[in-house]
Amino acid sequence: MTRALAATGAATLGLLAAIGRLAIFVGQTLSHLVRPPFYMREFGHALVQIGYFSLPVVGLTALFTGGALALQIYAGGSRFDAQAVVPQIVAIGMVRELGPVLVGLMIAARVTSSIAAEIATMKVTEQIDALVTLSTNPMKYLTLPRVLAATLVMPVLVGIGDVIGIMGGFLVGTERLGFNAAAYLQNTADFLTRLDIVSSLAKGAVFGFIAALMGCYYGMQSDRGAMGVGRATKTSVVAAAVLILAANFLLTEAFFSA
Amino acid sequence: MIRLSDLHKSFGANAVLRGVDLHVPRGESMVVIGGSGTGKSVLIKSILGLVTPDSGTIEVDGQNVTRADRDAFLARFGMLFQGGALFDSLPVWQNVAFRLLRGRLKRPKAEAREIAVEKLRRVGLSADVADRLPAELSGGMQKRVGLARAIAAEPEIIFFDEPTTGLDPIMSGVINDLIREIVTEMGATAITITHDMTSVRAIADDVAMLHAGKVRWSGPVAQMDDSGDPYLHQFITGSAEGPIEAVR
Ligand SMILES: Nc1ncnc2c1ncn2[C@@H]1O[C@H](COP(=O)(O)OP(=O)(O)OP(=O)(O)O)[C@@H](O)[C@H]1O
Ligand SMILES: [Mg+2]
Repeated sequence: MTRALAATGAATLGLLAAIGRLAIFVGQTLSHLVRPPFYMREFGHALVQIGYFSLPVVGLTALFTGGALALQIYAGGSRFDAQAVVPQIVAIGMVRELGPVLVGLMIAARVTSSIAAEIATMKVTEQIDALVTLSTNPMKYLTLPRVLAATLVMPVLVGIGDVIGIMGGFLVGTERLGFNAAAYLQNTADFLTRLDIVSSLAKGAVFGFIAALMGCYYGMQSDRGAMGVGRATKTSVVAAAVLILAANFLLTEAFFSA
Repeated sequence: MIRLSDLHKSFGANAVLRGVDLHVPRGESMVVIGGSGTGKSVLIKSILGLVTPDSGTIEVDGQNVTRADRDAFLARFGMLFQGGALFDSLPVWQNVAFRLLRGRLKRPKAEAREIAVEKLRRVGLSADVADRLPAELSGGMQKRVGLARAIAAEPEIIFFDEPTTGLDPIMSGVINDLIREIVTEMGATAITITHDMTSVRAIADDVAMLHAGKVRWSGPVAQMDDSGDPYLHQFITGSAEGPIEAVR
Protein backbone atom coordinates (compact mmCIF):
# COMPACT_ATOMS: atom_id res chain seq x y z
CA MET A 1 0.00 0.00 0.00
CA THR A 2 2.67 2.51 1.03
CA ARG A 3 4.77 1.30 -1.82
CA ALA A 4 1.94 1.94 -4.27
CA LEU A 5 1.46 5.39 -2.80
CA ALA A 6 5.18 6.10 -3.00
CA ALA A 7 5.27 5.01 -6.63
CA THR A 8 2.29 7.21 -7.45
CA GLY A 9 3.93 10.10 -5.64
CA ALA A 10 7.20 9.61 -7.46
CA ALA A 11 5.42 9.42 -10.80
CA THR A 12 3.46 12.58 -10.02
CA LEU A 13 6.61 14.42 -8.98
CA GLY A 14 8.35 13.24 -12.13
CA LEU A 15 5.47 14.49 -14.25
CA LEU A 16 5.41 17.84 -12.46
CA ALA A 17 9.16 18.19 -12.89
CA ALA A 18 8.83 17.43 -16.61
CA ILE A 19 6.05 19.99 -16.97
CA GLY A 20 8.18 22.49 -15.06
CA ARG A 21 11.18 21.93 -17.32
CA LEU A 22 9.02 22.33 -20.40
CA ALA A 23 7.44 25.49 -19.00
CA ILE A 24 10.88 26.97 -18.38
CA PHE A 25 11.88 26.06 -21.91
CA VAL A 26 8.78 27.77 -23.32
CA GLY A 27 9.42 30.82 -21.14
CA GLN A 28 13.02 31.06 -22.31
CA THR A 29 12.02 30.67 -25.94
CA LEU A 30 9.36 33.37 -25.75
CA SER A 31 11.61 35.73 -23.80
CA HIS A 32 13.82 35.96 -26.87
CA LEU A 33 10.88 37.42 -28.80
CA VAL A 34 11.47 40.73 -27.08
CA ARG A 35 15.26 40.60 -26.81
CA PRO A 36 17.26 41.50 -29.91
CA PRO A 37 19.15 40.50 -31.95
CA PHE A 38 16.76 38.49 -34.12
CA TYR A 39 18.07 36.01 -36.61
CA MET A 40 15.93 36.81 -39.64
CA ARG A 41 17.83 34.48 -41.95
CA GLU A 42 17.19 31.57 -39.63
CA PHE A 43 13.54 32.54 -39.44
CA GLY A 44 13.23 32.78 -43.22
CA HIS A 45 14.96 29.44 -43.64
CA ALA A 46 12.59 27.84 -41.11
CA LEU A 47 9.55 29.31 -42.90
CA VAL A 48 10.64 27.74 -46.16
CA GLN A 49 11.58 24.40 -44.58
CA ILE A 50 8.46 24.07 -42.47
CA GLY A 51 5.95 25.80 -44.71
CA TYR A 52 6.84 25.53 -48.34
CA PHE A 53 8.37 22.06 -48.30
CA SER A 54 5.41 20.66 -46.36
CA LEU A 55 2.96 21.62 -49.09
CA PRO A 56 3.11 18.36 -51.08
CA VAL A 57 2.52 16.12 -48.07
CA VAL A 58 -0.23 18.39 -46.73
CA GLY A 59 -1.93 18.51 -50.12
CA LEU A 60 -1.87 14.76 -50.66
CA THR A 61 -3.04 14.00 -47.12
CA ALA A 62 -5.94 16.40 -47.39
CA LEU A 63 -6.94 15.32 -50.89
CA PHE A 64 -7.21 11.62 -50.08
CA THR A 65 -8.87 12.25 -46.75
CA GLY A 66 -11.49 14.56 -48.25
CA GLY A 67 -12.21 11.99 -50.94
CA ALA A 68 -12.52 9.11 -48.49
CA LEU A 69 -14.69 11.22 -46.22
CA ALA A 70 -17.13 11.92 -49.06
CA LEU A 71 -17.42 8.20 -49.85
CA GLN A 72 -18.02 7.29 -46.21
CA ILE A 73 -20.57 9.98 -45.59
CA TYR A 74 -22.40 9.04 -48.73
CA ALA A 75 -22.43 5.36 -47.76
CA GLY A 76 -23.42 6.12 -44.18
CA GLY A 77 -25.93 8.81 -45.07
CA SER A 78 -27.68 6.63 -47.63
CA ARG A 79 -28.74 4.23 -44.85
CA PHE A 80 -31.23 6.85 -43.71
CA ASP A 81 -31.70 8.71 -46.95
CA ALA A 82 -29.36 11.53 -46.01
CA GLN A 83 -26.80 11.25 -48.82
CA ALA A 84 -27.45 14.86 -49.71
CA VAL A 85 -25.51 16.10 -46.68
CA VAL A 86 -22.16 15.02 -48.17
CA PRO A 87 -20.96 18.57 -49.02
CA GLN A 88 -21.87 19.95 -45.59
CA ILE A 89 -20.39 17.12 -43.54
CA VAL A 90 -17.22 16.95 -45.63
CA ALA A 91 -16.79 20.68 -45.12
CA ILE A 92 -17.39 20.62 -41.40
CA GLY A 93 -15.34 17.45 -40.87
CA MET A 94 -12.39 18.74 -42.82
CA VAL A 95 -12.38 22.28 -41.49
CA ARG A 96 -13.16 21.64 -37.87
CA GLU A 97 -11.27 18.42 -37.21
CA LEU A 98 -9.51 16.48 -39.93
CA GLY A 99 -7.77 19.40 -41.62
CA PRO A 100 -5.97 20.72 -38.54
CA VAL A 101 -5.41 17.32 -36.92
CA LEU A 102 -4.06 15.52 -39.96
CA VAL A 103 -1.91 18.45 -41.03
CA GLY A 104 -0.70 18.70 -37.42
CA LEU A 105 0.23 15.02 -37.36
CA MET A 106 1.94 15.19 -40.73
CA ILE A 107 3.94 18.18 -39.48
CA ALA A 108 4.83 16.21 -36.35
CA ALA A 109 6.12 13.44 -38.58
CA ARG A 110 7.94 15.67 -41.02
CA VAL A 111 9.01 18.76 -39.10
CA THR A 112 9.27 17.68 -35.45
CA SER A 113 11.45 14.73 -36.36
CA SER A 114 13.79 16.71 -38.56
CA ILE A 115 14.13 19.53 -36.04
CA ALA A 116 14.82 17.08 -33.21
CA ALA A 117 17.35 15.09 -35.22
CA GLU A 118 19.11 18.23 -36.42
CA ILE A 119 19.36 19.87 -33.01
CA ALA A 120 20.27 16.62 -31.26
CA THR A 121 23.06 16.03 -33.77
CA MET A 122 24.28 19.56 -33.18
CA LYS A 123 24.22 18.85 -29.48
CA VAL A 124 26.22 15.62 -29.65
CA THR A 125 28.78 17.07 -32.06
CA GLU A 126 29.25 20.05 -29.72
CA GLN A 127 27.85 22.51 -32.25
CA ILE A 128 25.51 23.88 -29.59
CA ASP A 129 28.50 24.45 -27.30
CA ALA A 130 30.28 26.09 -30.20
CA LEU A 131 27.33 28.44 -30.70
CA VAL A 132 27.56 29.48 -27.07
CA THR A 133 31.28 30.18 -27.31
CA LEU A 134 30.59 32.28 -30.40
CA SER A 135 28.30 34.48 -28.26
CA THR A 136 25.16 33.14 -29.91
CA ASN A 137 22.33 31.97 -27.71
CA PRO A 138 21.10 28.59 -29.03
CA MET A 139 17.55 29.32 -27.88
CA LYS A 140 17.55 32.54 -29.85
CA TYR A 141 19.37 31.14 -32.87
CA LEU A 142 17.80 27.69 -33.16
CA THR A 143 14.61 27.42 -31.12
CA LEU A 144 12.83 30.74 -31.51
CA PRO A 145 13.03 30.93 -35.34
CA ARG A 146 11.68 27.40 -35.72
CA VAL A 147 8.90 27.73 -33.16
CA LEU A 148 7.84 31.12 -34.47
CA ALA A 149 7.93 30.00 -38.11
CA ALA A 150 5.88 26.88 -37.37
CA THR A 151 3.30 28.84 -35.37
CA LEU A 152 2.86 31.39 -38.14
CA VAL A 153 2.98 29.10 -41.14
CA MET A 154 0.79 26.28 -39.83
CA PRO A 155 -2.50 28.22 -40.11
CA VAL A 156 -1.64 28.75 -43.78
CA LEU A 157 -0.92 25.04 -44.24
CA VAL A 158 -4.13 24.10 -42.45
CA GLY A 159 -6.10 26.58 -44.57
CA ILE A 160 -4.65 25.03 -47.71
CA GLY A 161 -5.34 21.56 -46.33
CA ASP A 162 -8.96 22.49 -45.60
CA VAL A 163 -9.48 23.76 -49.14
CA ILE A 164 -7.80 20.78 -50.77
CA GLY A 165 -9.73 18.40 -48.52
CA ILE A 166 -12.99 19.99 -49.58
CA MET A 167 -11.78 19.73 -53.18
CA GLY A 168 -11.15 16.02 -52.61
CA GLY A 169 -14.71 15.62 -51.41
CA PHE A 170 -15.93 17.72 -54.32
CA LEU A 171 -14.09 15.59 -56.89
CA VAL A 172 -15.46 12.36 -55.47
CA GLY A 173 -18.91 13.91 -55.02
CA THR A 174 -19.17 15.19 -58.57
CA GLU A 175 -17.26 12.46 -60.40
CA ARG A 176 -18.40 9.37 -58.51
CA LEU A 177 -21.51 10.20 -56.52
CA GLY A 178 -23.37 12.32 -59.05
CA PHE A 179 -23.53 15.63 -57.22
CA ASN A 180 -24.05 18.81 -59.20
CA ALA A 181 -20.81 20.81 -59.09
CA ALA A 182 -22.30 24.25 -58.56
CA ALA A 183 -24.72 23.00 -55.92
CA TYR A 184 -21.95 21.15 -54.09
CA LEU A 185 -19.85 24.29 -53.81
CA GLN A 186 -22.83 26.42 -52.89
CA ASN A 187 -23.81 24.04 -50.09
CA THR A 188 -20.29 24.00 -48.75
CA ALA A 189 -19.99 27.79 -48.76
CA ASP A 190 -23.39 28.33 -47.18
CA PHE A 191 -22.79 25.82 -44.45
CA LEU A 192 -19.39 26.84 -43.13
CA THR A 193 -19.43 29.55 -40.48
CA ARG A 194 -16.72 31.98 -39.58
CA LEU A 195 -16.19 30.15 -36.28
CA ASP A 196 -15.41 26.95 -38.19
CA ILE A 197 -12.69 28.66 -40.13
CA VAL A 198 -11.27 30.62 -37.21
CA SER A 199 -11.13 27.51 -35.04
CA SER A 200 -9.41 25.59 -37.81
CA LEU A 201 -6.66 28.17 -38.26
CA ALA A 202 -6.25 28.69 -34.50
CA LYS A 203 -5.78 24.96 -34.06
CA GLY A 204 -3.18 25.11 -36.79
CA ALA A 205 -1.21 27.77 -34.93
CA VAL A 206 -1.30 25.82 -31.67
CA PHE A 207 -0.32 22.56 -33.37
CA GLY A 208 2.54 24.26 -35.20
CA PHE A 209 3.79 25.67 -31.93
CA ILE A 210 3.64 22.25 -30.28
CA ALA A 211 5.31 20.47 -33.20
CA ALA A 212 8.31 22.78 -33.42
CA LEU A 213 8.60 23.15 -29.65
CA MET A 214 8.79 19.39 -29.08
CA GLY A 215 11.44 19.03 -31.77
CA CYS A 216 13.59 21.74 -30.21
CA TYR A 217 12.99 20.63 -26.64
CA TYR A 218 13.90 16.99 -27.10
CA GLY A 219 16.72 17.88 -29.48
CA MET A 220 18.32 20.13 -26.88
CA GLN A 221 17.88 17.45 -24.20
CA SER A 222 19.50 14.74 -26.30
CA ASP A 223 21.94 12.30 -24.72
CA ARG A 224 25.32 11.74 -26.25
CA GLY A 225 25.89 9.48 -29.23
CA ALA A 226 23.82 8.21 -32.12
CA MET A 227 21.43 6.46 -29.73
CA GLY A 228 20.81 9.77 -28.03
CA VAL A 229 19.84 11.33 -31.35
CA GLY A 230 17.56 8.42 -32.20
CA ARG A 231 15.85 8.54 -28.85
CA ALA A 232 15.41 12.32 -28.97
CA THR A 233 13.82 12.08 -32.42
CA LYS A 234 11.43 9.30 -31.49
CA THR A 235 10.37 10.88 -28.21
CA SER A 236 9.81 14.26 -29.81
CA VAL A 237 7.49 12.87 -32.50
CA VAL A 238 5.48 10.81 -30.02
CA ALA A 239 5.19 13.76 -27.62
CA ALA A 240 4.19 16.13 -30.41
CA ALA A 241 1.53 13.75 -31.76
CA VAL A 242 0.00 13.08 -28.35
CA LEU A 243 0.05 16.73 -27.33
CA ILE A 244 -1.50 17.76 -30.65
CA LEU A 245 -4.36 15.31 -30.17
CA ALA A 246 -4.87 16.39 -26.56
CA ALA A 247 -4.78 20.06 -27.51
CA ASN A 248 -7.23 19.35 -30.30
CA PHE A 249 -9.71 17.95 -27.81
CA LEU A 250 -9.33 20.93 -25.50
CA LEU A 251 -9.66 23.41 -28.36
CA THR A 252 -12.71 21.68 -29.78
CA GLU A 253 -14.20 21.79 -26.29
CA ALA A 254 -13.38 25.48 -25.99
CA PHE A 255 -14.73 26.46 -29.41
CA PHE A 256 -17.79 24.29 -29.81
CA SER A 257 -19.06 23.04 -26.47
CA ALA A 258 -21.28 26.04 -25.78
CA MET B 1 44.58 35.97 -15.60
CA ILE B 2 42.80 32.64 -15.35
CA ARG B 3 42.78 31.05 -11.95
CA LEU B 4 41.08 27.76 -11.04
CA SER B 5 40.83 26.82 -7.39
CA ASP B 6 39.85 23.44 -6.03
CA LEU B 7 37.66 22.59 -9.02
CA HIS B 8 35.51 19.48 -8.72
CA LYS B 9 33.32 17.85 -11.34
CA SER B 10 31.68 14.43 -11.41
CA PHE B 11 29.42 12.81 -13.99
CA GLY B 12 27.36 10.47 -11.87
CA ALA B 13 29.82 8.16 -10.14
CA ASN B 14 32.65 9.21 -12.45
CA ALA B 15 34.66 11.80 -10.48
CA VAL B 16 36.58 13.51 -13.26
CA LEU B 17 38.02 16.64 -11.64
CA ARG B 18 38.92 16.22 -7.99
CA GLY B 19 40.39 19.50 -6.85
CA VAL B 20 42.15 21.16 -9.77
CA ASP B 21 44.24 24.26 -9.07
CA LEU B 22 45.71 26.07 -12.03
CA HIS B 23 46.94 29.56 -12.78
CA VAL B 24 47.53 30.93 -16.26
CA PRO B 25 49.08 34.43 -16.32
CA ARG B 26 48.12 36.95 -19.00
CA GLY B 27 49.85 36.56 -22.33
CA GLU B 28 51.07 33.11 -21.53
CA SER B 29 50.78 29.85 -23.35
CA MET B 30 49.79 27.03 -21.03
CA VAL B 31 49.75 23.50 -22.32
CA VAL B 32 47.69 20.89 -20.50
CA ILE B 33 48.76 17.30 -20.97
CA GLY B 34 47.42 14.12 -19.44
CA GLY B 35 46.09 10.71 -20.33
CA SER B 36 43.01 10.21 -22.41
CA GLY B 37 39.87 10.61 -20.30
CA THR B 38 41.53 12.50 -17.46
CA GLY B 39 39.22 15.47 -17.92
CA LYS B 40 41.27 17.94 -19.96
CA SER B 41 38.36 18.83 -22.21
CA VAL B 42 36.02 19.03 -19.22
CA LEU B 43 38.49 21.43 -17.59
CA ILE B 44 38.45 24.02 -20.37
CA LYS B 45 34.73 23.60 -20.90
CA SER B 46 34.18 24.48 -17.25
CA ILE B 47 36.06 27.75 -17.71
CA LEU B 48 33.69 28.65 -20.56
CA GLY B 49 30.64 27.63 -18.56
CA LEU B 50 29.74 24.81 -20.96
CA VAL B 51 30.12 22.39 -18.06
CA THR B 52 29.02 23.49 -14.60
CA PRO B 53 31.54 22.49 -11.93
CA ASP B 54 30.22 20.87 -8.75
CA SER B 55 32.42 23.04 -6.56
CA GLY B 56 35.45 25.29 -6.69
CA THR B 57 35.96 28.69 -8.23
CA ILE B 58 37.05 29.96 -11.62
CA GLU B 59 38.31 33.51 -11.89
CA VAL B 60 39.19 35.45 -15.00
CA ASP B 61 40.88 38.79 -14.33
CA GLY B 62 40.06 38.35 -10.66
CA GLN B 63 36.34 38.11 -11.36
CA ASN B 64 34.36 34.98 -10.61
CA VAL B 65 33.06 33.77 -13.98
CA THR B 66 29.64 32.81 -12.63
CA ARG B 67 29.04 36.48 -11.82
CA ALA B 68 30.30 37.90 -15.11
CA ASP B 69 28.05 39.21 -17.87
CA ARG B 70 27.96 36.13 -20.12
CA ASP B 71 27.95 37.92 -23.47
CA ALA B 72 30.82 40.25 -22.67
CA PHE B 73 32.70 37.35 -21.08
CA LEU B 74 32.36 35.00 -24.04
CA ALA B 75 33.22 37.74 -26.52
CA ARG B 76 36.78 37.62 -25.16
CA PHE B 77 37.18 33.90 -25.85
CA GLY B 78 37.91 31.72 -28.81
CA MET B 79 37.67 27.95 -28.65
CA LEU B 80 38.74 25.12 -30.90
CA PHE B 81 36.72 22.04 -30.03
CA GLN B 82 38.31 18.64 -30.03
CA GLY B 83 35.88 17.41 -32.69
CA GLY B 84 35.89 20.64 -34.68
CA ALA B 85 32.20 21.32 -33.96
CA LEU B 86 31.73 23.05 -37.30
CA PHE B 87 28.20 24.06 -38.25
CA ASP B 88 27.48 21.59 -41.01
CA SER B 89 24.68 23.65 -42.52
CA LEU B 90 26.99 26.57 -43.24
CA PRO B 91 29.79 26.80 -45.81
CA VAL B 92 33.33 26.94 -44.48
CA TRP B 93 33.82 30.68 -44.75
CA GLN B 94 30.59 31.37 -42.85
CA ASN B 95 31.77 29.04 -40.12
CA VAL B 96 35.01 30.94 -39.82
CA ALA B 97 33.30 34.33 -39.97
CA PHE B 98 30.38 33.28 -37.76
CA ARG B 99 31.03 35.93 -35.14
CA LEU B 100 31.68 38.59 -37.77
CA LEU B 101 28.33 38.03 -39.46
CA ARG B 102 26.08 38.62 -36.46
CA GLY B 103 25.92 40.15 -33.02
CA ARG B 104 28.11 42.93 -31.75
CA LEU B 105 31.04 42.25 -34.09
CA LYS B 106 28.83 42.28 -37.20
CA ARG B 107 30.35 43.80 -40.31
CA PRO B 108 29.64 43.81 -44.05
CA LYS B 109 29.53 40.38 -45.65
CA ALA B 110 32.35 41.04 -48.12
CA GLU B 111 34.64 42.18 -45.36
CA ALA B 112 33.77 39.20 -43.15
CA ARG B 113 34.51 36.89 -46.04
CA GLU B 114 37.84 38.53 -46.68
CA ILE B 115 38.83 38.02 -43.04
CA ALA B 116 37.67 34.41 -43.20
CA VAL B 117 39.75 33.69 -46.30
CA GLU B 118 42.77 35.31 -44.65
CA LYS B 119 42.34 33.18 -41.49
CA LEU B 120 41.93 30.07 -43.64
CA ARG B 121 45.18 30.91 -45.34
CA ARG B 122 46.89 31.17 -41.96
CA VAL B 123 45.85 27.62 -41.09
CA GLY B 124 47.13 26.41 -44.45
CA LEU B 125 43.86 26.22 -46.38
CA SER B 126 43.46 27.79 -49.79
CA ALA B 127 40.62 30.10 -50.73
CA ASP B 128 38.78 27.45 -52.74
CA VAL B 129 37.68 25.57 -49.61
CA ALA B 130 35.80 28.70 -48.48
CA ASP B 131 32.60 27.79 -50.28
CA ARG B 132 32.59 24.09 -49.50
CA LEU B 133 30.53 22.53 -46.75
CA PRO B 134 32.37 21.11 -43.71
CA ALA B 135 31.22 17.57 -44.59
CA GLU B 136 33.19 17.81 -47.84
CA LEU B 137 36.49 18.29 -46.01
CA SER B 138 38.89 15.77 -44.51
CA GLY B 139 39.14 15.45 -40.72
CA GLY B 140 42.39 17.41 -40.56
CA MET B 141 40.96 20.14 -42.78
CA GLN B 142 37.89 20.41 -40.54
CA LYS B 143 40.18 20.76 -37.55
CA ARG B 144 41.98 23.64 -39.22
CA VAL B 145 38.71 25.34 -40.14
CA GLY B 146 37.78 25.08 -36.46
CA LEU B 147 41.08 26.68 -35.62
CA ALA B 148 40.48 29.49 -38.10
CA ARG B 149 37.06 30.05 -36.53
CA ALA B 150 38.55 30.19 -33.04
CA ILE B 151 40.99 32.93 -33.99
CA ALA B 152 38.78 34.81 -36.48
CA ALA B 153 37.61 37.50 -34.08
CA GLU B 154 41.10 37.86 -32.55
CA PRO B 155 40.06 36.94 -29.02
CA GLU B 156 42.19 37.72 -25.96
CA ILE B 157 41.93 34.22 -24.57
CA ILE B 158 42.02 31.14 -26.77
CA PHE B 159 41.54 27.47 -25.94
CA PHE B 160 42.77 24.83 -28.33
CA ASP B 161 41.58 21.29 -27.69
CA GLU B 162 44.06 19.05 -29.49
CA PRO B 163 44.84 21.38 -32.39
CA THR B 164 47.25 19.03 -34.15
CA THR B 165 45.53 15.67 -33.68
CA GLY B 166 44.90 14.15 -37.09
CA LEU B 167 47.28 16.45 -38.96
CA ASP B 168 50.37 15.44 -40.89
CA PRO B 169 53.74 16.42 -39.32
CA ILE B 170 54.27 19.39 -41.61
CA MET B 171 50.80 20.77 -41.00
CA SER B 172 51.29 20.20 -37.26
CA GLY B 173 54.39 22.35 -37.49
CA VAL B 174 52.43 25.09 -39.25
CA ILE B 175 49.75 25.02 -36.56
CA ASN B 176 52.28 25.00 -33.71
CA ASP B 177 53.96 28.06 -35.20
CA LEU B 178 50.58 29.74 -35.63
CA ILE B 179 49.62 29.21 -32.00
CA ARG B 180 53.00 30.45 -30.83
CA GLU B 181 52.61 33.49 -33.08
CA ILE B 182 49.15 34.28 -31.76
CA VAL B 183 50.47 34.31 -28.22
CA THR B 184 53.65 36.30 -28.86
CA GLU B 185 52.37 38.70 -31.52
CA MET B 186 48.76 39.24 -30.52
CA GLY B 187 49.49 38.92 -26.82
CA ALA B 188 46.73 36.38 -26.38
CA THR B 189 46.49 34.04 -23.43
CA ALA B 190 46.21 30.43 -24.58
CA ILE B 191 45.44 27.08 -23.07
CA THR B 192 46.26 24.20 -25.39
CA ILE B 193 45.45 20.57 -24.80
CA THR B 194 47.66 18.17 -26.66
CA HIS B 195 49.12 14.68 -26.60
CA ASP B 196 51.84 15.59 -29.03
CA MET B 197 55.12 16.21 -27.20
CA THR B 198 56.57 18.06 -30.18
CA SER B 199 53.67 20.48 -29.92
CA VAL B 200 54.19 20.86 -26.20
CA ARG B 201 57.77 21.94 -26.73
CA ALA B 202 56.85 24.24 -29.60
CA ILE B 203 53.85 25.94 -27.99
CA ALA B 204 54.26 25.95 -24.23
CA ASP B 205 55.55 28.53 -21.82
CA ASP B 206 54.19 26.45 -18.97
CA VAL B 207 52.99 22.88 -18.81
CA ALA B 208 50.45 21.32 -16.49
CA MET B 209 49.87 17.62 -16.28
CA LEU B 210 46.47 16.40 -15.27
CA HIS B 211 46.31 13.02 -13.57
CA ALA B 212 43.72 11.41 -11.29
CA GLY B 213 41.58 14.53 -11.24
CA LYS B 214 44.33 16.88 -10.09
CA VAL B 215 47.19 18.84 -11.53
CA ARG B 216 49.99 16.37 -10.95
CA TRP B 217 52.80 18.66 -12.03
CA SER B 218 53.04 22.15 -13.41
CA GLY B 219 55.95 24.36 -14.28
CA PRO B 220 57.92 25.96 -17.09
CA VAL B 221 58.41 23.78 -20.14
CA ALA B 222 62.21 23.94 -19.67
CA GLN B 223 61.88 22.08 -16.36
CA MET B 224 59.65 19.40 -17.76
CA ASP B 225 62.45 16.97 -18.64
CA ASP B 226 64.11 16.93 -15.24
CA SER B 227 61.06 17.29 -13.05
CA GLY B 228 61.84 14.15 -11.10
CA ASP B 229 58.14 13.25 -11.24
CA PRO B 230 57.77 9.63 -12.33
CA TYR B 231 54.26 10.22 -13.72
CA LEU B 232 55.34 13.14 -15.89
CA HIS B 233 58.45 11.29 -16.93
CA GLN B 234 56.46 8.29 -18.04
CA PHE B 235 54.06 10.50 -19.94
CA ILE B 236 56.65 12.49 -21.87
CA THR B 237 58.72 9.46 -22.73
CA GLY B 238 55.62 7.52 -23.73
CA SER B 239 56.66 4.44 -21.82
CA ALA B 240 54.27 1.61 -21.04
CA GLU B 241 56.21 0.94 -17.83
CA GLY B 242 55.63 3.28 -14.91
CA PRO B 243 53.18 4.43 -12.29
CA ILE B 244 50.40 5.29 -14.78
CA GLU B 245 48.33 2.24 -15.60
CA ALA B 246 47.83 1.48 -19.26
CA VAL B 247 44.23 0.41 -18.76
CA ARG B 248 42.01 3.27 -17.68
N1 LIG C 1 28.82 15.36 -20.89
C1 LIG C 1 29.36 14.32 -20.25
N2 LIG C 1 28.58 13.40 -19.65
C2 LIG C 1 29.11 12.35 -19.02
N3 LIG C 1 30.42 12.11 -18.90
C3 LIG C 1 31.27 12.96 -19.49
C4 LIG C 1 30.79 14.11 -20.19
N4 LIG C 1 31.85 14.79 -20.67
C5 LIG C 1 32.95 14.09 -20.27
N5 LIG C 1 32.60 13.00 -19.56
C6 LIG C 1 33.54 12.04 -18.94
O1 LIG C 1 34.56 12.77 -18.32
C7 LIG C 1 35.78 12.12 -18.48
C8 LIG C 1 36.81 13.11 -19.03
O2 LIG C 1 36.43 13.46 -20.34
P1 LIG C 1 37.28 14.48 -21.21
O3 LIG C 1 36.59 14.61 -22.50
O4 LIG C 1 37.54 15.73 -20.45
O5 LIG C 1 38.65 13.69 -21.38
P2 LIG C 1 39.99 14.20 -22.03
O6 LIG C 1 40.98 14.33 -20.96
O7 LIG C 1 39.71 15.42 -22.86
O8 LIG C 1 40.37 12.97 -22.92
P3 LIG C 1 40.91 12.92 -24.44
O9 LIG C 1 42.36 13.18 -24.35
O10 LIG C 1 40.63 11.53 -24.85
O11 LIG C 1 40.16 13.95 -25.21
C9 LIG C 1 35.54 10.92 -19.35
O12 LIG C 1 35.50 9.80 -18.50
C10 LIG C 1 34.19 11.16 -19.96
O13 LIG C 1 33.51 9.94 -20.09
MG1 LIG D 1 39.47 15.81 -24.77
